[in-house]
Parts: sequence; structure tokens; C-alpha cells
Amino acid sequence: MVTDNRPLSPHLQVYRPQLTSVLSISHRLTGIALSAGLIAVVLWVLAVASGPAQYDRFMAALNHPVGLIAMAIWTLALFYHMLNGIRHLLWDAGWLLDLKGAYASGYMVVIGAVILTLLSWWEVMT
Amino acid sequence: MRFRNPLANARNHGAAGTGVEHWWAQRLSAIMMLVLAAWVVYALISVIGATHAEASAFLAHPFNAGLAILFIATSLYHSRLGLQVVIEDYIHHRGVELALMLLTKVGALVGGVLAVVAILNIAFGA
Repeated sequence: MVTDNRPLSPHLQVYRPQLTSVLSISHRLTGIALSAGLIAVVLWVLAVASGPAQYDRFMAALNHPVGLIAMAIWTLALFYHMLNGIRHLLWDAGWLLDLKGAYASGYMVVIGAVILTLLSWWEVMT
Repeated sequence: MRFRNPLANARNHGAAGTGVEHWWAQRLSAIMMLVLAAWVVYALISVIGATHAEASAFLAHPFNAGLAILFIATSLYHSRLGLQVVIEDYIHHRGVELALMLLTKVGALVGGVLAVVAILNIAFGA
């Protein structure tokens, strides 16, 4: 008996994306991105321990456009995951569980993450 | 009529075996990282654009070395717990699931040990 191809619920392809569902999957996606970012953190510590030559090479890689784009994504992911994580903790405590609270806090998380990202990059660049 | 096995009541885990423990570990490590975030901001401000000498002097300070180890250990643990849930939810091939699970656990362990040894190396000036 074949059981592998049974349809699963919910059928994502027939649902219109909502703020709540998009933010929910974004929490996981940013979590995965930040896990990759942790590799960079570990490599940075190893670079510091390895001496000036290794450190300079690592910092040059970080300042390469690819490194800068990665750090920009990680910054946004970090602030988003942190703020949305607080939202999840509030939900776990039983707060904001109604539709209105879920949407209002959702918008606050998105706006807050964007503002904090822009603020920190502005701080670094100036 | 009661359908529950008396042993299930005695253990008081409901349908779960170890899920409650995972749930708590994920949230407590999240709260710990919220507290550590204050130090991370301070660390990033101190370390952005730093030379190798400045970066190692920063990490060599006992306060920063200790908090860096705490932060890296906590975030790797939190990351591993999160990736575990993602793998459990989306990878339906048992073999691939087990392989990825092992990879994330070993990866977090290896990354953590390397980072801790590197920080201690810097702190003790080896």
C-alpha cells in the first residue's frame, strides 16, 4: 500500500498568504539563516585566535560585497527573529492570542525589525 | 470509560515523551539570549572595524571572554533545538532526517568546542 503521496492538510497552494502565516514561516527561515550566521561567528573567533594574518583575511571576506550582503541579511534576520521571538514568548504566556493582537504585534515586529536594522547600519556606516 | 493507561497518568506527560523538555529548553535559551543581547550590542560596537590587536584585547578581558562563551554556547544550543523542529517537520525521509539531525547536533558541538577553545586561547594569551 502506497502511503507516501497522500494529500496533506493544509493545502498551502490554495491558501492566500496572510500576515500571520508569512511571519510564522519567516521565523523559521530567519532561524535557519541565523544558524548559518553562527558559523561565521565561530569562524570570526577562530580568526582572532589564529593571528593578524588570518584575521585580516577573514575581515576582507566580510567586507567583500557578498559578505556585506550576508551581514545585512543576518542583521535583519536577527532583529526579526528576536522581536518575533518575544511575540512568541508573549503568546506562550497567553497574551495577544486574539486576531487583533496577533496582527497588531505582527506589524510591530516587522516595522521594528526594519527600523532597528536601518539604525544599526546607519550607525556603522557613519 | 477511561481509555488512558494508568501509567500514562502516573508519568503525566500526556501524549508526549520528551516534547515538554524541548519546549522549555527552547524558551529558556531564548530568554537567556534576550538578556545576552545587551552584551552582544556592546561587543559589536567595540569590535566593528577593530584591528586584530583590538579584537583580541576585547575578547581577552575575562568579562567579555565569559559572556562570549555563554552567548555562543546558548545560541548554538537554541539553534540546534530550532533546526531539530524544522527537520522533524519538513524532512519526511527517515534516513535523511536522521542524517541531518546528527549533522546539526555534531555541528553545534564541534562549533561550540572550537569557539570555546579559541576564546580561552585568546584570554590566556597562548
